[in-house]
Amino acid sequence: MDGAKYISTVNHPIEEPIEDKAVLDVRNLETVFRTQDGDVHAVNDVSFSLRPGELLGIVGESGSGKSVTMMSLLKLLAMPPAEIVGGSVNFGGQDLLSLSLKDLRAIRGGDIGFIFQDPMTSLNPVFTVGYQLMEPLRTHLGMDKKAARQRAVELLELVGIPSASERLRDFPHQFSGGMRQRVMIAIALACDPKVLIADEPTTALDVTVQAQIIEIIKDLRQKLGMAIVWITHDLGVVAGIADRVAVMYGGQIVEYADVDRLYEDPRHPYTKALLQTLPSHGDERDERLVSIPGQAPNLKGPLKACPFAPRCSSVFDKCWTANPPSFDVSINQKSACWLEESNG
Amino acid sequence: MLTYTIRRLLLAIPTLLFISFVIFAVIKLSPSDPTANLPLTIPPEVREKIRESLGFNEPFIVQFFLWLKQLVVTEPKVWMNNAFGTEFEIGQRMISYQTRSPVLDLIVQRIPQTLWVVGTSYVVGVLIAVPIGIISAYKQYSVFDQIGTFIAMIGFSVPTFFTGVLMILFFSVNLGWFPSIYDTTHVVEDWSSFLFQVKQMIMPTMVLALFNAAQISRYMRSSMLDNLTQDYVRTARAKGLTEKTVVLVHVLRNSMIPVVTVIALNLPSVFGGALITEQVFQVNGLGQLLILAIQGGDVPTVQTVTVIFAVLIVLFNLIADVLYGVLDPRIRYD
Repeated sequence: MDGAKYISTVNHPIEEPIEDKAVLDVRNLETVFRTQDGDVHAVNDVSFSLRPGELLGIVGESGSGKSVTMMSLLKLLAMPPAEIVGGSVNFGGQDLLSLSLKDLRAIRGGDIGFIFQDPMTSLNPVFTVGYQLMEPLRTHLGMDKKAARQRAVELLELVGIPSASERLRDFPHQFSGGMRQRVMIAIALACDPKVLIADEPTTALDVTVQAQIIEIIKDLRQKLGMAIVWITHDLGVVAGIADRVAVMYGGQIVEYADVDRLYEDPRHPYTKALLQTLPSHGDERDERLVSIPGQAPNLKGPLKACPFAPRCSSVFDKCWTANPPSFDVSINQKSACWLEESNG
Repeated sequence: MLTYTIRRLLLAIPTLLFISFVIFAVIKLSPSDPTANLPLTIPPEVREKIRESLGFNEPFIVQFFLWLKQLVVTEPKVWMNNAFGTEFEIGQRMISYQTRSPVLDLIVQRIPQTLWVVGTSYVVGVLIAVPIGIISAYKQYSVFDQIGTFIAMIGFSVPTFFTGVLMILFFSVNLGWFPSIYDTTHVVEDWSSFLFQVKQMIMPTMVLALFNAAQISRYMRSSMLDNLTQDYVRTARAKGLTEKTVVLVHVLRNSMIPVVTVIALNLPSVFGGALITEQVFQVNGLGQLLILAIQGGDVPTVQTVTVIFAVLIVLFNLIADVLYGVLDPRIRYD
């Protein structure tokens, strides 16, 4: 790994040491939900890093731990029942997990912006859009009402909402779904964050609006240059916008690679299976859509075997004995599969 | 909103007319004689004259409209004459069978006592209930929540005539802290008389406040719980707002919508509940007036006090609806 740093600027290794200016560096994150029926291990030993201006796609089925991982970073989960039992989150030289709640609040909405899945319920119905947009500005940047209002108008124009200054006085129910998600994006971007975490920002929207939102984020990324973590279960979306992709399964990252590598040469059997489920334009109509047989794993208790083993087509004896660690396939691809053991 | 309010106020008129007619009919169906309580030495012919003078022998419908005319025409004239010095011609005022004094004068005398006791207890009840509801929900299943739930259950299920007597036994008889009877002739003129007023108000107020707070705190708690798990709360936290702002601005504002409705709708029924509490503590308010009037077969007084309760119910229904529109921007009436 040491030599890898100097190979080229394009072909960078996917896990850089902390001193290599990663804006966000997550190491061995583990989150557990303490429930009455026992502990649910929702996030298991997740590590990734995010360079400035990079877009990292996180894909996986429902319940694979994508959202919980991101919420854990800023402790946005209800605790209890959730508990972050291990790991570190390095952001700007400090560990977010050991920060006091007061210091963490300065980062939430300030340096790290969050966009959520459902714009219908993510905005407070009884406050005007302007009020909700001005809140982070006044909290983090200490702006007075007038300055905040001016900035709010700019932000709404930035995300493409027409007649912005009048719309500040409107309530969320007076906006359509796509417009509300634009408002959410404006709120997340209000304080010029270094990192934007988008938790399935287009899942609740219809396809045309989805395309608009993706365009807006692509555009804003170029204008503002922040790093983005994009959580989705849509591999097609990720292929179009991401620089790198982390595939999650059973609360862990099973494959982590540059986007081109992932689509050209997927190594983990789960990634392969996922890519096979994508319908393609050239297919005959009568061909049935492919699905991965079986169900997402039950995460009660720590993982003692590969969580994908019951559904895996290349499963062999070792898969049942221990959970595979992440093996380096190449400098820009990692796979947590015993098949790669010889490569690691 | 204004046109809506005006429309609702106009619609309230036929509603109230109908309610007062039904009340009148119900009272008239029960046999009663305004002269029954008079001394037996009064000869029957005189009694008949008295009935005649009270309009008791008129047909049922005529009596109803006579009452109505007195309430909406005669009494406002009296009020105008007193307030602005106008000199309207005043006919026969509405007379209480029992006391031979105008019913409205009686009511005006009684209202302050009721408002003091009922009003204060309601305000105290809401002031206790709202914070308890908020904390109970925010720290669900904590010791605080458990105790709050327990007290609410007691306050809700034990009737006021029981808690009232229990308090008298404990605080007046055993400890001797507070007077057991509310002295309505007491005048507040200096610090010590004010202290006495507070002392004598504490028990009736707390009895009613406990009952009100029990109910409202439960509504507050469940409404807060509904809202605390909403997505917008997570958004507010993700914006970096303090817990205080998240809970007391974002969540509370949403949670107050159903609770304010309950508070407004319950207010008239509190006057009804005060009936019993006023009896227990001998507060000579509206409730006591009504009970004495029922016992004495005093039709005009019973009728008028009951209709006043009906007016309050209709009015607070309207206030609840208007507040709903004020608090929730998704509801617009125009």
